[in-house]
Amino acid sequence: MKVVKHVIPSVDGKGIMMGRPAYTDDLAQPNSLIVKVLRSPYAFARIKKIDVTKAKALTGVELVLTHHDVPKKSFTRAGQGYPEPSPHDKFVLDEYVRYVGDEVAAVAAISDKIARKALSLIEVEYEVLTPVLDFEKAYENPSIIHPEEGIHEMFPIGFLPKKNVAASYEMHVGDVEKTLKSCDVVIEQSFYTQAQAHSMMEPHTVNAHLDFQNRLMIYSSTQTPFHVRRIISQTLDHPISKIRVIKPRVGGGFGGKQALHGEMLVSMVVLRTKKPAKMIYTRKEVFESSYTRHPMRIDIKLGAMKDGTLKAIDCFVLSDTGAYGEHALTVFMVTGSKVLPLYNKVDAVRFNGQVVYTNHVSAGAFRGYGAIQGNYALESAVDMLCTKLKMDPIKFRQKNMILEGETSPIFAIMGEGTEGTAMNMETCKLDFCVKRGMELISWKNTYPRKQLENHKVKGVGMALAMQGSGIPYIDMGAATIKLNDGGFYNLTVGATDIGQGSDTVLAQIAAEELMTTVDKIIVYSSDTDLTPFDTGAYASSTTFVSGNAVLKAAVNMKEMLMQEASKILESDLEDVSFDGYTFEANEKKITLPDLSNRITYNHDQKQLTATNSYVGHKSPPPFMAGFIEVDVDQETGEFDIVHYVSVVDCGTPINLKGAQGQVEGGIVQGLGMATFEDVKYGKKGNLISNSFLTYKIPTALDIHKLTTEFAESYEESGPFGAKSVGEIGIDTPPAALSNAIFNAVGVRITKLPITPEKIWRGMQELKEKK
Amino acid sequence: MKIKITLNQSIKEFDVQPDEFLLDTLRNHHVTSVKKGCDQSTCGVCTVLLDGKPVLSCSLLSVRADGHEVVTVDGIQDEIEKISDSFGHEGADQCGYCNTGLALTIYAMKRELKSPSDLDIKKYVVGNLCRCSGYEAQLKAIKRYLGEKL
Repeated sequence: MKVVKHVIPSVDGKGIMMGRPAYTDDLAQPNSLIVKVLRSPYAFARIKKIDVTKAKALTGVELVLTHHDVPKKSFTRAGQGYPEPSPHDKFVLDEYVRYVGDEVAAVAAISDKIARKALSLIEVEYEVLTPVLDFEKAYENPSIIHPEEGIHEMFPIGFLPKKNVAASYEMHVGDVEKTLKSCDVVIEQSFYTQAQAHSMMEPHTVNAHLDFQNRLMIYSSTQTPFHVRRIISQTLDHPISKIRVIKPRVGGGFGGKQALHGEMLVSMVVLRTKKPAKMIYTRKEVFESSYTRHPMRIDIKLGAMKDGTLKAIDCFVLSDTGAYGEHALTVFMVTGSKVLPLYNKVDAVRFNGQVVYTNHVSAGAFRGYGAIQGNYALESAVDMLCTKLKMDPIKFRQKNMILEGETSPIFAIMGEGTEGTAMNMETCKLDFCVKRGMELISWKNTYPRKQLENHKVKGVGMALAMQGSGIPYIDMGAATIKLNDGGFYNLTVGATDIGQGSDTVLAQIAAEELMTTVDKIIVYSSDTDLTPFDTGAYASSTTFVSGNAVLKAAVNMKEMLMQEASKILESDLEDVSFDGYTFEANEKKITLPDLSNRITYNHDQKQLTATNSYVGHKSPPPFMAGFIEVDVDQETGEFDIVHYVSVVDCGTPINLKGAQGQVEGGIVQGLGMATFEDVKYGKKGNLISNSFLTYKIPTALDIHKLTTEFAESYEESGPFGAKSVGEIGIDTPPAALSNAIFNAVGVRITKLPITPEKIWRGMQELKEKK
Repeated sequence: MKIKITLNQSIKEFDVQPDEFLLDTLRNHHVTSVKKGCDQSTCGVCTVLLDGKPVLSCSLLSVRADGHEVVTVDGIQDEIEKISDSFGHEGADQCGYCNTGLALTIYAMKRELKSPSDLDIKKYVVGNLCRCSGYEAQLKAIKRYLGEKL
């Protein structure tokens, strides 16, 4: 391969660093109205009375919207395929406010200052209600977070709003209770995972205007432009043909921009005032009023025989979806479906639980999407089981983990909100990933610990992980390739580059098939008028799903080119050869630029365009083994993450450095969650961690050494052997760190994040026991 | 009130409010290479060079820049292109939102530090947060730009 599996600079990195306008707000119309939102100071309240007279009277205020002014139509902001597996439990503005930061009213004014002044003039009388702030007390709590009429599920997802349940689910294979009873060794543990904030550098941003055809043009920093168009149309009852959504360059998403944030209110302002309008979330709003990761409690039981055969996994999950049920069921199911098949040889497995409403910031999609939570519980529990079995945790994994050619019944049972899809692991290089990771971290020299000087001890730990490559039979991506005179191509895709580099990867796939270079493939993505459809950037779908669509379109384009060449060269099709630049047959030649110029200007003129699409019939999981080396201070519990090793099977990494960046970005985000990132609330439900001062994300100084390698792997169903790689990196750090801390100092942390304080307390308890 | 700034080597006059920040003044005048990330001087994406030193324009009152020299990536395109080549080679650019600010910090560091160690580099760029890259590729790209053979 000449383009794929090479180091190719991104197609846009240079222009962006050199400062060309690229992001949503760079493209806003001058003189846009500024849209600001009055946000709830209470975690749970009913608006008894709202008086906007003074705000409306302020010079420069163009529009004030309250729940009296919006359509009474419930929707979900989730930004998923349709019909959504998330309940329609949200109104554009509502009589109830369900978390501190929820929307009370919106103002559109000619300046930021006037808009803020207008917000302060809105008089609201609240009936303050008792909030539910402990998700373990949400079920059947007397405070019902969604008492309103008009909300519903799109298909059965276990939605019981009167019991504060957004979704529930149960599955089992075999008889778990019976199998556990027959096991030699059983362990049981509850694990808690915290909410994490996405903290993408570009805040949620949207602007819109009416164009010269009187259509609503929306520029949005979104991961899902086609879902935005559909949801705006359905909710505001505005014809979908009169809406165009453009996704400019997006400054990071991580799932946080899969949903709609601001698009609805800005669209309403534009439609009512006929003037351009824009909204940029403040950093406080990004923290307080967008999304977090779903916090969970995972109760897990594992049962094994003395010889180290894992026999049963029993898993109950309680998940906190916050005020709205976006991604409630699907994140919850992924906690099982993209974790439990790692150990596919068990006799019995059960997965069940509930997703409950609370008066917290709404939880939503976040890289890992349930798998990081499930991985922390399962991979920590496996090490705990090994301790009880007195067995080497790597040997245990090698004995029990899923291998190439194998399957798990879970694939067929659990999908995302629906039934799953049976599949065999055509590629699974976990055995290599484990062996290579052991070498790179010097496992044999260190495991379990090595005493250092100055009261420090070195520990190593590891975890396995899997993810997916899109959602089979749901996620569809499409691509169009157009030949231009001069012999270069346009590639238009619905796929959404949010900074992960998909424009580059997709151009590489087209270039490889058309035997040309990336500079001859001009990519344009995510414009609902101009590009074909794509479900969007989520579920690790782009490389596999959208990449397959690009490959199919490129194959079609090549066929068209060969046919044109055979006509021009007056030869049979099978006699024509093409090397990406020159067509040759029977000692006659024509170059691609000449051919394209000829069919554009001179003879038998036509436009060559190939469109194709792809929907997966399976979702080949990327796999990885993550290894961590950590130095722990035995007096204080402080620790340094000295080294993180990732050995990844993502099939063919289409862009070598790009894939490495995806893994390492995920590792560091996962380490943030494992060590200090923690969404914290006050006693009344106010968010304490609402800035980068109160919510720390990893900086350059927090990272010591990352080593990332890829296993040789070729997934036949993927484009040039690729699986996806966007999420897999985030899954292993919490469990690997938890295991390394245990190996170093004997303390098992079962509640994230893993802090020096928790380790110190654990060490004190151990001392007391002794 | 009126202020004069030498912006990217040319003298520009701006009519600003007393409580206006430089970031807003610049963006309102279509200097969109300077980004807004946190509006609280905690993330680094709004970095500009004020008299050659990296500062956070989201918390610098525009009047404080009166009579001073402000440089954004638009003013030193050739040098920024070199930095971007290093980033491209190492795959260090992902979403790019932090990159214009980071590039200015790197540019200033090259002029301020002689043969910096990895730790020196990390300490210099620690205020430029990045949520995408995991920093490892950025560090390699910075070292490549500084002339280290990798």
